[in-house]
Amino acid sequence: MRNRFADTFYELGKADPRLCVVVADISPAGSIAKFRNEFPRRFVNTGVSEQIMIGMTAGMAQRGLKPFAYTIATFTLYRPFEMVRDDLCYQNLPVTVVGIGGGVTYSTLGATHHAQEDVAIASAIPNLSVVAPCDPSEVEAATRWCAAQDQGPVYLRLGKAGEPDLSKAALDPWVFGKVRRLREGRDVCILSYGPIMKRAFALAERFEASGKSAAIVSVHTLKPLDREGLARILQTYAHVVVIEECAPNGSLAMRVKELAWDTDVTCRIDAFTLKDAFIHCYGSHDDILDAHGLGVSELTARLGLQ
Amino acid sequence: MDATIATLRRNSLDVAAARRRCLGYRRRILDISQQVGALHIAPAFSCTEITDILYNNLMRRETDGGYRDVFLMSKGHGCMIQYVILEEQGVLSRSDLDAYCKPNGRLGAHPDYETPGIAASTGSLGHGLGMATGQAYAEKLKNSDVLIYCVLSDGEFQEGSTWEAMMMAANLKLDNLIAFMDFNDFGGLERMSDGHPAFYPLVPKAESFGWEAVEVDGHDEAAMHEAVMARRGGRPMLLVCRTVKGKGISFMENVPIWHYRSPNKEEYIQGLKELASAPL
Repeated sequence: MRNRFADTFYELGKADPRLCVVVADISPAGSIAKFRNEFPRRFVNTGVSEQIMIGMTAGMAQRGLKPFAYTIATFTLYRPFEMVRDDLCYQNLPVTVVGIGGGVTYSTLGATHHAQEDVAIASAIPNLSVVAPCDPSEVEAATRWCAAQDQGPVYLRLGKAGEPDLSKAALDPWVFGKVRRLREGRDVCILSYGPIMKRAFALAERFEASGKSAAIVSVHTLKPLDREGLARILQTYAHVVVIEECAPNGSLAMRVKELAWDTDVTCRIDAFTLKDAFIHCYGSHDDILDAHGLGVSELTARLGLQ
Repeated sequence: MDATIATLRRNSLDVAAARRRCLGYRRRILDISQQVGALHIAPAFSCTEITDILYNNLMRRETDGGYRDVFLMSKGHGCMIQYVILEEQGVLSRSDLDAYCKPNGRLGAHPDYETPGIAASTGSLGHGLGMATGQAYAEKLKNSDVLIYCVLSDGEFQEGSTWEAMMMAANLKLDNLIAFMDFNDFGGLERMSDGHPAFYPLVPKAESFGWEAVEVDGHDEAAMHEAVMARRGGRPMLLVCRTVKGKGISFMENVPIWHYRSPNKEEYIQGLKELASAPL
């Protein structure tokens, strides 16, 4: 994801001199290093100073540039939270705040580096769009949209590197603000976003093994939420499953259930989120997701599947 | 480079005219104070001369009358002085100020971005210098000669975010950024020099962060003018402007309650009397 973002940004940056990137002491991956070499003035490193990273992007946008702020998700959103809220969102400036390692991607680094509530927190701020692609090709589409748009600030939540390409066989193109069908199915619909999407595919296989046909939908835009698209899904399927890498309060799961109430649907909804807890354990990304109760076997059991 | 730069003009400094203007601004603010329950009078009076010299002398205009340079009020609670100057200049209207802090108006106790004449939404302290740094850097990238002027309270220099901006503006050698610290020595609770002695001295701190810095009398426009004209350049500049909170009205000067209080009728009349008898 990180590399596809860098490649896409580099390509767009060559064509649009307004695009700049402001980082806070994070090593520029892949093509961002190339961008830095070719356009040194449009690459700014503020050092370990996230408040000025966001403040500067606000000022740059006010004077006609299109800056991207870029660092680890916790430091891009939590540390300079009031700058994101006041400088970017209150003033509604077209700045993209890129959070690398959203959710619990940084699985060995402890909860200081787990942006486990990022989507919920970002979604709570007025004017802030929240986009969480599930694989490199969604990252590319989202980055292109962020660079082209003028409507306001965006939180672009990425994973790290090495994510598989999950949307190759998607039935719909990536459109900002619209849910996207990645796989067809009749009996169950699994909603997910971000790198945990791989577990949605694993669950779909378990459903298939139990004789149920499972669709998968990428809810890559968490805000504005595609309420119409989601309402259609809730009306169409007898069983909807949400799996996401976000704390429960303010999660997609919570909003899907709210929508179900608002639209009077009676389908079964199973929601699987991160725990409302700091997990004091280390290991691979998969290990931490398992520790949060999101292991595929555990979910299979909770769903009553074989 | 933009052809209009050749036609930029700066007004020459007329000290007596500046004094008359500042008395008028203070009177206007006292008038407005009678329409609302509370407003930040004292913080506006401490930066009245600073704001006046920026709008009426230092900031350059285009041929169409609009400002080429940028004014960013980081100490958002001081914006009343900015409003009355923008009113005088026709950027805001009399009815805008009449509706100050009222539901049918568009002016609040803190400036809001995209209101005419307002460069940024401020009010939460410690945000303005960061945005001004980004603005100044953007002008560098655009190869423009626009100057960014930023007015901060001394209290804002207690925010870590302000020092992040101080470092970055110096790293980027932003010689198109000029900041004015309204050094009135009062936080909300106490005299800062009593409660926070480690905050001083100020000029050496700014210099050690790579800024050009001078201390001046923030009510003396000739002194501020001279300081800016003597700027060596090559890096951002900070004027540490010694001021008096509530300047111009004896019973408001250095009295914390006037940070956010409207005078009653009697106090209002007394204030007007003092302004009327102030030396020009």
